[in-house]
This record gives sequence, structure tokens and C-alpha cells, in this order.
Amino acid sequence: MIDPSKLSDRSDSTHDETRLPRSRGRTPSQILWLKLRRNRTAMLGLYTLAVMYVAAMFAGFIAPYRFDNTRHDLPFHAPMLTRIHVFDDQGRLTKPFVYGIIPIDPQLATYKDDESARYPVHFFTRGDNYRVLWLISSNIHLFGVDEPGHLFLFGSDQVGQDIFSRILYGAQVSLSIGIVGIVISTIIGMIVGGIAGYFGGATDFALMRTVEVLLALPSLYFILILRQLFGAGTSSVQIYFIIVIILAFIGWATEARVIRGMVMSLKEHEYVIAARAMGFSNSRIIVRHILPNTFSFVIVTATLSVPFFILSEVALSFLGVGIQEPEASWGNMLVAAQNNRFLNDFPWVLIPGIFIFLAVMAWNFLGDGLRDAADPRTLS
Amino acid sequence: MRTFLIRRLLAAIPLIIVVTFITKALLVASPGNYLDTIRLTPSISRDYIAQMERTYHLDSNNVFERYWYWFWPAVQGDFGYSFTKSASVWSLISERVLNTLLLTGSALVFSWVFAIPLGMIAAVYRNRWLDKLIGFISFFGLSIPSIFFSLLMILFAAKTGWFPAGGIHNQVMWDVMTPWEKFIDTLWHLVLPMIVLGTIGLAQYVRQMRSEMIETLSQDFIRTARAKGLSRWRVLTRHALGNAINPLVTIFGFSLATLLAGALLTEYVFGWPGLGTLIFDALSSKDEPIVMASVVMLVLMLVVGNLVADLLLAVIDPRIRLE
Repeated sequence: MIDPSKLSDRSDSTHDETRLPRSRGRTPSQILWLKLRRNRTAMLGLYTLAVMYVAAMFAGFIAPYRFDNTRHDLPFHAPMLTRIHVFDDQGRLTKPFVYGIIPIDPQLATYKDDESARYPVHFFTRGDNYRVLWLISSNIHLFGVDEPGHLFLFGSDQVGQDIFSRILYGAQVSLSIGIVGIVISTIIGMIVGGIAGYFGGATDFALMRTVEVLLALPSLYFILILRQLFGAGTSSVQIYFIIVIILAFIGWATEARVIRGMVMSLKEHEYVIAARAMGFSNSRIIVRHILPNTFSFVIVTATLSVPFFILSEVALSFLGVGIQEPEASWGNMLVAAQNNRFLNDFPWVLIPGIFIFLAVMAWNFLGDGLRDAADPRTLS
Repeated sequence: MRTFLIRRLLAAIPLIIVVTFITKALLVASPGNYLDTIRLTPSISRDYIAQMERTYHLDSNNVFERYWYWFWPAVQGDFGYSFTKSASVWSLISERVLNTLLLTGSALVFSWVFAIPLGMIAAVYRNRWLDKLIGFISFFGLSIPSIFFSLLMILFAAKTGWFPAGGIHNQVMWDVMTPWEKFIDTLWHLVLPMIVLGTIGLAQYVRQMRSEMIETLSQDFIRTARAKGLSRWRVLTRHALGNAINPLVTIFGFSLATLLAGALLTEYVFGWPGLGTLIFDALSSKDEPIVMASVVMLVLMLVVGNLVADLLLAVIDPRIRLE
């Protein structure tokens, strides 16, 4: 007796297809990828994101300091990226070095170079302890200078923390929230959209009215009201998950609506009717037969919604109800710029904003490219 | 027409009830209330706190009870008194609503005034450098975070001194200004937040306008109009524009929610005293009457905005009849 489920096993059927001598036997995802690769802006976005996410993953290694390494005597030091010297007094090329820092007036945050003390930039040097991916503990950094010298590539903030290092650590929060949030909300969206589209009727009506209310409300207000529900939160990990849960709770509506529409048309296809005739359960038909066919649209909608998650985290942290100091996030790093004097005198506090912009732009480029690639009207 | 208006406004009532109820439920369920914070102040008498507790039923954790004691006076037009500022909610909120309407309204005008011509130009010069430039600008506008953009604008204002760096009017001179000067001063303060808020919508409208225009321009009636000897300009403005603009009006309704959410951040950074910052402050200080009334205002603005979008659509497209 043959188990009916074996007949419909996806891995079997694709396996059969690859054995058949077909010239155009490409799976939809292969076609998607081939089309995407031809889109230059989309690939630019993809590469930018790859660099950013890898940098965030190895933040501890690339950053010369830990996110909470504080030099209270050196607040608002200007960026030193342009003050790395490669020529010595005689104009000969030497190992890159920076001068020591002499504070003149800590109130005004004015400094001058101590030309008597040179601190060469070492590579693979030892410094603060860190962990990569919670696993590998180390204190070797990609680059850094010996104490008491200090290297503020993008300048320092109001308590003398290195902005460059904090941007890398902040990327871990701000960028990962986009991914984690979209995975959770896509799962919710697929379940709700699948159920609403497949069963129709009263279930569909109730679920879709919920979706409409969620889409009609200005999301940020809803997020803020929900944020109240959880109180202040104690640890940074706790706050991180509170934010992810809230955003996923709001964000699934778009996904659900797209998937519902697709499921409604897919459920009339012959293979679904066949599966039903074979006596499969509804949940199995939805999960194993219908939802995999919505895959390309799910990817497109998900990619286009990532900026919503990144920007919402930034907004929450900026408004002071997200990630708290001393933990770094791109949003809470911009808080210093709220002060008009800081913004005017020390404009490098805005640098995290450039990275938010770049990340959002890259996701938009990629999402746009994916949408064009998934569009069957464009030829492959 | 009249029945349509009445029906649409009546349909808003359940929406307002659902949204305010959810808001109230979340406020009741969230830890702590306003009294917990003032209990820590020794100068406030116990009697006063007990009286507050009784008046606003803050001791009850029953959502339905708490909602009813807000709902019933609210139906009669009484939104109560603010906890933190000793003034009626109406007096606090009306000015804020006007400020937000001014900001969002002008941002909308800004994005439409620029989006329609830019989208048309991009469509007419499709795939040429002008189209690519406009495409890049709209991508820029779509991706720039409003917080970052606002801060850049404030930096620009501070460095050049051409515009005021935040606020809604000149605090020092406001009392001695003539009405005309007050008007100019407010407009002057409005420019930068309007640009920031308008840019978000601008990008979306330009892209939509471009694709609709490309589609319209490829249709037969456009070729007929050109063949009749009409000028290119006349065909564009008289024949194509009216058809291409319909879907734009439809997404205008959808984009209102985004606009209001963006308004919160813009208001916060620019120190613009609008509804967004009012809700945010009220949420932080657990000022329930203010939160509830602001939420009602927010939903009303959305409903009325959507209604306006539908009416506009009926005006532009004679095929649509409101019944």
C-alpha cells in the first residue's frame, strides 16, 4: 500500500524533474535569481547589505573599542579619519599613525594634537574583550592604537565613546531587528493569509477586517501604545525582544493581505483539488501545497517591509522607549543630535543617520529589483 | 451624494469605538497609572489622590467599566480634564489638531505640487537621463529616514540662518507681532518640516504617477488625440493627466496613515506642537484623557481624509458616482 503523502512529496517531484532531459527545467527561484542578477541597482543593494551584515556580525572584531568604552575626558572629539598621518616629518612614507590628544577646554570640547606623541595604527592588536556571535570570545581587534593614544575614526559622542565602534555595535541591533522581525511577521502573515484565503467566508471576513484596521492606523502610534503595555523593561535583551514582538505584531498585515489574495486564486487550481480528493487535511494542503507557491511574492513583500522594521526600531530608540544607553542602536545614537548646540558644533553625531539611510536604501533597491524579477510580465 | 456622506460618517463610528476601546484596554493593562507617579510626591495630599482615583475610576481594572466611564461623557462632548496640565482636554487638543492639520496639509500640497509634474516629465522622457535623475531623487526621498532628514534640515537652518531651527513661532517676538507678521512667521517656521514630511509622500507619488502616465500614454485615445493635430502639451494636460491621476487619488487615502505616523517624528524633532507630540507626551506621563481624545482625533482625521479622497475621485472621474 502506497502512502498517499509520498506521491505529493515535493522533493520527489523536483528530483524527477531534474532527471528528465528538459532544456528549460529551471525552478521559479532560479529564474528569480537569474533575473535579479541582471539588475545592477538591485545587486548594488545586495552587496551593500552583505557588507553591512557581515560587519555587524563581526562588530567586536572590526571595532577598535567596545560600545561602552568611555573616555569621559574626551567628549565630542572630531573624527580622526582625516587625521591619520602616513608621512613623517621628513615627508617619508611610514606606518600610519595618529597624534596624541591634549584636551584644551573640556567644556567646549576643544582639543589639539600632541605632536610629540605618535601612536602608530596596529593591525590585529589586543584591546577590549568581545564575543562574536555569542560563541568566540577574543580580544584581538582588526586595528587600533596603543594606550594612552585613542583612535576616534568618526569622532566621539558626549561621554567620549567611539562613534565608529558604536555604529558597528548598533548595526547588530538595528539591522538584525529587520531580519528577525520580518521572519516572525511573515510566518504570522502566511498563517493568517493562508487560513483567510483558503477557508473564505466568515473567517476570511473577520481576519481581513483586522488586517484593514491594522493597515489603516498610523503604525507608529499603535507601536507606542503597545510599548506602554510592557513597561520599561529591565535588560537590553528583554527590550530587544519586546520591540521585535511589537513590530511583528503590527507588520504581518501587509503579508497576510498579499498571501490571502494569492491563496484565493491558487486554491482553485487542479492540484489542490486533487490533493483534497486524496483526502489530505486542510492544514497539510495549505502548508505543503499552496503556501510554497506563494514563495516569490512572500520574498518580495518581505524584502520591501524590512525598512519598516529598521525605521521603527530607530524611531523607538530615538524617542527614548527603545534600546537604552549604554547599549548602542542607530536610533539612540542620534539622540545627541536633538540638542541644537551639539548638532551645530559637533555635526559628526549625525553619522549614524547616514548608515540608517544606506541600509534602508539598499533594502529598497533589493526589494524593487526582486519585485521586477518576480513579475512574470518581464521576460527572463 | 448626501446619503453617501452620511453613510460613510456613520461607518466611522464603529471604527472609533473599536480603536478607542483597544487603546483603553492597553492603557488599563499597562503597568502603573498616573497616580503611581504622583504618589511619590509628598506634597500631594492623600485626599486628592483618593478623589482622583474615584473620579476617574483608576482603582478599577475592569476594562469595560473604565471604558464606559470615559465613553459616556465623551459621547456628550466631555473629554474630561488633563491629569498633568490642569486644563480641559478640549482646550489643550484643539490647537494641537490645528497645528498638525497645518503641517500635514501643507506637506500634502507640497508633495502633490511636485509629484505630478515630476512624474509626468519622467514618463515623457522615459529611460532618458532626466527620468533616471527623477527616479534617483524619488528613491532618495523614499529611503531617507525622517528623523535623519529633519536633523539635517535643522543643521542646515542653524548653519545658514535662513530658516528657524525648530518651533512653530518666534517665542520672543510673538506677543508684539501684528496678525500679518504672525502669519508670515508661522509660514517661515513651517517650511522645513513641510519639506521633510512632504518628501516621504513625494517619492511614492512620483513613482506611481510615472507608471500610470506611461500606461496612459500608450493607449489608443492618446494616439487619436495626437492624430487630430492637438499639441503635445494639450494632449498631456487635457487627455492624459486626468486619466493618470485617478489611482494617485486612491493611494492618497492609503498614505494618510503613513503621513500621520511620519508627522509624529517630524513634530518631535522640530519641536512642532502638534497632535503627535501631544500623544507621545501623554503616553509617557499616563495622561489617559489626553491619549483617548487624541486617538479619537487621529481616527477622525483618517476617516475624513479618506472621505475627501473618495469625493475627489468622484470629481475627477465622471464614471464614478457616489451613492
